[in-house]
Amino acid sequence: MRRPRRVIVVGGGLGGLWSALRVAEAGYQVEIFSLFEVKRSHSVCAQGGINASIDTKGERDSVWQHIVDTLKGGAYLANQPPVKTLCEEAPGIIRTFERMGVTFSRTAEGLLDLRLFGGVKNRRTLFAGASTGQQLLYGVDQEIRRQEALGRVRKFEWWEFLSLVKDSQGICKGIVAMNLRTMDVKGFRADAVILATGGMGHVFGHRSTNSTNSTGSAACRAYQQGARFANCEFFQFHPTAMLGDDKTRLMSEAARGEGGRIWVPKNPGDQRKASRIPEQERYYFLEEWYPSYGNTVPRDLASRAIWKVVHEMGLGVGGEDKVYLDLTHLNPGFIEQRLHAILDIYRKFHGTDPVHEPMEIYPSAHYAMGGLWVDFEKDEASGGLKAGSPRNHATNLPGLYACGECDYGYHGANRLGANSLLSASFSGRVAGEAVASYLKGLEVGIEQVPEHFYTEEISRQQRINEELLKGGGGENPYTLHHELGEIMSGQVGVVRDNTTLKQAIDSLQGLAQRCQTVDLESSNSWSNQGLVYARQLQEMVHLGLVIASSALARDECRGAHYKPAFELTPPTDAYPGDPAYEVYRGKWKKQNQQWLKTTITEHATAGPRISFDQVDLSVLPPEEPRDYR
Amino acid sequence: MAKTIELNIRRQDTPYSPPYWQRFSIPYRRGHNIVSALMVIREHPHTREGKRVDPVAWEFNCMEEVCGACSMMINGRPRQACSTLVDSLDQPIRLEPLSKFPVVRDLMVDRSKIFNDLKRVRAWIEIDGAWDIHEGAPRIAPETWRENYLFSRCMSCGCCLEACPEYAVEKDFVGPAALAAVRLMNNHPTGRYHRRQRLHAIMGDDGLSNCGNAQNCVRVCPKQIPLTTAIGELGRQTSLQLLRDLFGKSE
Repeated sequence: MRRPRRVIVVGGGLGGLWSALRVAEAGYQVEIFSLFEVKRSHSVCAQGGINASIDTKGERDSVWQHIVDTLKGGAYLANQPPVKTLCEEAPGIIRTFERMGVTFSRTAEGLLDLRLFGGVKNRRTLFAGASTGQQLLYGVDQEIRRQEALGRVRKFEWWEFLSLVKDSQGICKGIVAMNLRTMDVKGFRADAVILATGGMGHVFGHRSTNSTNSTGSAACRAYQQGARFANCEFFQFHPTAMLGDDKTRLMSEAARGEGGRIWVPKNPGDQRKASRIPEQERYYFLEEWYPSYGNTVPRDLASRAIWKVVHEMGLGVGGEDKVYLDLTHLNPGFIEQRLHAILDIYRKFHGTDPVHEPMEIYPSAHYAMGGLWVDFEKDEASGGLKAGSPRNHATNLPGLYACGECDYGYHGANRLGANSLLSASFSGRVAGEAVASYLKGLEVGIEQVPEHFYTEEISRQQRINEELLKGGGGENPYTLHHELGEIMSGQVGVVRDNTTLKQAIDSLQGLAQRCQTVDLESSNSWSNQGLVYARQLQEMVHLGLVIASSALARDECRGAHYKPAFELTPPTDAYPGDPAYEVYRGKWKKQNQQWLKTTITEHATAGPRISFDQVDLSVLPPEEPRDYR
Repeated sequence: MAKTIELNIRRQDTPYSPPYWQRFSIPYRRGHNIVSALMVIREHPHTREGKRVDPVAWEFNCMEEVCGACSMMINGRPRQACSTLVDSLDQPIRLEPLSKFPVVRDLMVDRSKIFNDLKRVRAWIEIDGAWDIHEGAPRIAPETWRENYLFSRCMSCGCCLEACPEYAVEKDFVGPAALAAVRLMNNHPTGRYHRRQRLHAIMGDDGLSNCGNAQNCVRVCPKQIPLTTAIGELGRQTSLQLLRDLFGKSE
């Protein structure tokens, strides 16, 4: 009898566990590698919900509207067939989660409840209390535990992925990983590898809402071994994140939705407590600049306005990078009831009460729309994804797949709220099914791959560790990470221009050099967190270069990528049909001809090599510019 | 003199070496929590006496009290380090690893027993497969949902197990967390189908009856999960199951 084929899944969040589950269900052996117990993955942080059009609120919501919202919200940059299938299969994903035991919130008559989320008109977001991501992850985690008990899945928790092992034809045949306790570096054979390693928010230093392990390191290592990145310039900044030295924490949009007002003191030198600053000395800039939307402008506009008031006008509170989000004028009973989760987080982590003192907030790196490039196969009959195709979610390296936030599919230039839990789950499921098909077509088993491919890669990784541990360069990796964060948040963040981006690239190159000579001065080689961090830091600087280079290459404004020098604004007081608007539409289409393309980044010794690829626009041709008026 | 934050940290280099204490002093800053204070020490790992030492090892991830990673003893109480603000604590702040799990290094412990126990009690729903069966979700009364949701927020942080007098590394008692998981699974519309197996898993030695009713678990749970309520409910469920077993009823 032939040995069963074996698959390695790196990462145990929603994407990773879904893919592992589908591979195991197809009868193959799965090994899951994770930096920690998989139940602690970043998926748990998503609070808001998961989108699926089930139309139970009498609003005639439709799957088609979900598709349109996702594509338009992404400024048409996403390949459309995968988005089509994502939205079509969303209700089925929900039903599956439900069977796994996820405690979705219910209406009075016991039906799945829905809430309204940003950027859409209909209620389409399912939720489980105030911890949807946690509940979804636990649902799949339980199923994986069952597979473990059945002997189909084995977990390697406390292991860090270091690199891929490729055979003589460049086909991915396993990984090299490091045991985070013993620090042993070992090779693992696999017939296919799935990367589901999540986001990379910490490239922006502590100004990120991501979990501290979301460094993007694993994806970056695959990139340096030949996997392509796509659309890395697109990073969503959430406008209202609570500040923190360790990381930032999300204050949901609901705070503005329920009447929260954003302001700064007119006099930047004002030393008074916020509550003592009289009304006429406060600058409610969003209300002044956007009279019709006021404080509830979309995420990207709010982030840019806050950026402008702090960086261009110098009005940040106390001269720092922060503004007030004020709820104190609202009825305390009302906000306690409507915004309980937010108030709770702010009180717990800031120690003050937003009912009495305005919250201090600032935009923060939240979600990477870009990531590892993945393929898809279109089903010509349906116009969506071809089910079970081995091409779906395959990277350009044969045998290597990617899913979840670490891939680039579905969200184009900007992500819709509550679409991330959906894409993580769906892409994991699709990737798992694709790998099962890939394995069926595989003729040579891993037992035939010569051992030296593994041993050579192990030695290469051990040498990297030894070099770093030699140290002596005197650089402090933690301090360097702060510097990286300053560069990325300050120069590659919410607002971009080419001169600054070039400076950022120069600085990042300098930083990359300094990362080679860190002083780890650690006498203890057991569970050496400093070594792990120093290695991740190198990858984060590398990712910073990829993001900055991609941003430099794209001379336009699209979705989350904002370069004001190339901004195209619709004429005021003109609407579709008016001559002035049609001129604008013409310019917009011309811009699409040049820029509606996927940015591809490939690793080269001289730095990231950029090219552009066509986008599949076969579902909804871009005829209508996004218009929030 | 400038204000400082004083920390006494219990350290241990490897699982096999003896523990020792070190005192650290970092500049005061408003808003520090225990994780952000440890991050300052990590960047400048000097004891109060100025001696350069290895950075303290500890676990953390989400920093929003939802992943369960950063559990440790803080001034003698098991808590999540990320949501414990320095300003709320008496100084010097005493940090120790959880005592009911083997130490890996410093404040890091090996909590794999928690996950093994979830396996032991079969804390999952048996589904035919992770695919769509094209059938709508079962209706669940809002009140039932509310009760279940309380339990589904357990993040396996281990605080309840630390506080439980009956739970220990060298003993096999499943502990309150796994018991609450049984309560949750048994109340799911289809999870009920396999209630018997789960109840049997906790009816033998080291199961439910080992609970000494100290009620410590519910007092330290960072998510205020009504663990003792779950244990009470399971008491009734297991009694009924015992009768069913005796009189040969199928369920």
